[in-house]
Amino acid sequence: MSAIHPPFVADAGSALVPLPYRVQRFVCDTDDTFTLTLAPQSGGEALPFAPGQFNMLYAFPSGDVPISVSGPAARREVLIHTIRAVGPVTRALAQLRRGDTVLVRGPFGKPWPVAQAEGHDVVLIAGGIGLAPLRPVLYHILAKRKRFGRLCLLYGARTPGDVLYRRELEKWRGRLDVQVEVTVDRGDSDWHGEVGVVTQLLERAQLDPARTVAMVCGPEVMMHFSRLALTKRGVPESQIFVSMERNMKCGVGSCGHCQLGPFFICKDGPVFDYPRIAPVFSTKEL
Amino acid sequence: MTARESTSTVARPLRMEVSGLQSLVAALWTAGYRVLGPTVGEGAIVYGEVRTIADLPAGYTDEQDAGHYRLRQRDDGALFGYNVGPHSLKRFLLPPRERLFTTIRTGKQLAVEPEPVPTEKLAFLGAKACELAALLTQDRVFSSDQHPDVQYLARRRGMFLVGVSCTKAGGSCFCTSMGTGPKVESGADLALTEVVTASEHYFLVEIKTAAGADLASQLPLRPATIDEQRQAELRIADAATQMGRHLSTVGLKELLARSTDSPHWDEVASRCLSCANCTLACPTCFCNTVEDVTDLAGDHSERWRRWDSCFHDDFSYLHGGSVRASVKSRYRQWLTHKLSTWIDQFGTSGCVGCGRCITFCPVGIDLTAECAALQARTT
Ligand SMILES: Cc1cc2nc3c(=O)[nH]c(=O)nc-3n(C[C@H](O)[C@H](O)[C@H](O)COP(=O)(O)OP(=O)(O)OC[C@H]3O[C@@H](n4cnc5c(N)ncnc54)[C@H](O)[C@@H]3O)c2cc1C
Ligand code: SF4
Ligand code: SF4
Ligand code: FES
Repeated sequence: MSAIHPPFVADAGSALVPLPYRVQRFVCDTDDTFTLTLAPQSGGEALPFAPGQFNMLYAFPSGDVPISVSGPAARREVLIHTIRAVGPVTRALAQLRRGDTVLVRGPFGKPWPVAQAEGHDVVLIAGGIGLAPLRPVLYHILAKRKRFGRLCLLYGARTPGDVLYRRELEKWRGRLDVQVEVTVDRGDSDWHGEVGVVTQLLERAQLDPARTVAMVCGPEVMMHFSRLALTKRGVPESQIFVSMERNMKCGVGSCGHCQLGPFFICKDGPVFDYPRIAPVFSTKEL
Repeated sequence: MTARESTSTVARPLRMEVSGLQSLVAALWTAGYRVLGPTVGEGAIVYGEVRTIADLPAGYTDEQDAGHYRLRQRDDGALFGYNVGPHSLKRFLLPPRERLFTTIRTGKQLAVEPEPVPTEKLAFLGAKACELAALLTQDRVFSSDQHPDVQYLARRRGMFLVGVSCTKAGGSCFCTSMGTGPKVESGADLALTEVVTASEHYFLVEIKTAAGADLASQLPLRPATIDEQRQAELRIADAATQMGRHLSTVGLKELLARSTDSPHWDEVASRCLSCANCTLACPTCFCNTVEDVTDLAGDHSERWRRWDSCFHDDFSYLHGGSVRASVKSRYRQWLTHKLSTWIDQFGTSGCVGCGRCITFCPVGIDLTAECAALQARTT
């Protein structure tokens, strides 16, 4: 009856209500990190996503957490997530086994600029679990290799035992069309690779800085130093992309939790080009 | 403004007697609405059901200032002679607590039952101009193209709104600074102005929408005389001169955006209790969180959404600690969001100048004074 109302919207399913997914595969990657392969409980295809997007995962009966998709976007029948167990919800997710059910909302957020990166050299810089949200980009570029210039993955983990996707890294390293560099903060007697921060690997990356798109994911300080190193190497700031993390409850811009300055990280991000996020990036307590 | 609105606003204002207001309430109930409006309760003007106009706070007014609210008697029997109290319309559209879905486990299977979409038709009688502006502000948050909020919009969509222009302003009011009042220009189906003189008590009625025209056609109304219209306009103009507070918005968005490091935040933090009263009272603050409630057997779990506040400790929690650990960073977030980043996000200010956060702050922190202090530091 009232003429003053917000634009009419169809009663589509609410983005706040999850769908059940069956755990098809559970793989331990490291001591504290595991990968879930999920398929819709009702059969059919999984929700389509773009590299860099995330889902809210809910391990019954306790809480929702944002987790990026880490599998290939081209595999439509499953969702793959790699999770580090750090607290109550991620530890509950770690208890899941094949055949269990998990609730999923999503996918949410702005993806990595994979289309924009075509015709460019690409450098992916990952710190710790930050490799998971970047893996779909790697799959995508490797599947459409000709469309891209040089490809370089720089990855830093805490210790050799924390190196994620080790077999895949070794496989990729064997290819001639991708440069893979791995470093650890602390080595051990079996480690013969690089020791030190991930930014120092950048000096070795073979790329044409002016024609390079950089995608960076990891702790905020690591992204900060990576950005500085990229700028120093001459990569234009508008071609540097970072993925931000904040507390998230809804994923759709209506709970307020993920705000950072003018942005809702859940819907304006998590991926931002650096110039856009620069005014609020690395600002204490913002 | 929609085409329907603009054609109907040219209609001539009408005069309605107090008895006509009773007919209006009755007509809304008959049309299937649950009619809500101001009532007296908890020592304040609060919102509740209005069955008849006897439920309205006849002869009451309020006295407001920073950290101060008192109900007082008026001597003229006015029905809407007060400003906004601790409640706002958000409690009906975004309830303090609501269930979103229920999950039931059978073996390894989980079944999710979404909460039914609300069907109750709501009407609100006596929405002040700032209240209506706040409603339009919250609408933008919950009606994003990509992920509209099903529950909020179902309640909002069919709502019938009777606005009432203010004929007095309160000690915490500054709607004129925010361009939201005191006159109800839009956002309502019908706009009333109450006129009480020594000999008369009537309402000037303006029809704002087709739905408003529909309802008005069922009421005993007659065209208002020029003098009756003038009486109403005079009272609204009077209210505009009585604003207890003032906020200078010129350059304020930009000032706040570059004041991240201002020492003034430490000064506010030395007074702020981080109690969240301001955000709970604010009609536009929408922050919410979810919690899962599980039965003892663990086979049945409910997801509830409830109001939250950027002043709470764990609001910005990330693994390892809160991003905004200090009170200073939380007050900065709140004020900057209200008056600066809200404009980036939604194209309007997040503040409508209702003054609730000033009145209901236990230590009397006044955002207009805090802004003036920030402005003074830079000039
Ligand atoms: C866009 C995005 C993508 C992410 N992708 C991954 C990923 O692929 N793999 C991965 O392992 N981790 C990822 N994270 C981080 C992951 O969401 C947190 O580690 C997780 O929320 C921690 O929850 P917890 O309950 O296990 O632990 P705690 O840190 O102890 O959290 C306790 C409570 O705080 C809240 N909380 C803590 N951190 C967050 C957060 N970032 N967002 C919302 N609530 C939070 C939760 O409600 C949780 O119940 C991502 C975060 C974001 C924002
Ligand atoms: S910030 Fe204060 S004055 Fe502004 S709308 Fe909210 S409660 Fe009202
Ligand atoms: S400003 Fe006042 S009402 Fe708001 S949190 Fe601080 S003490 Fe509480
Ligand atoms: S997670 Fe709710 S607003 Fe971004």
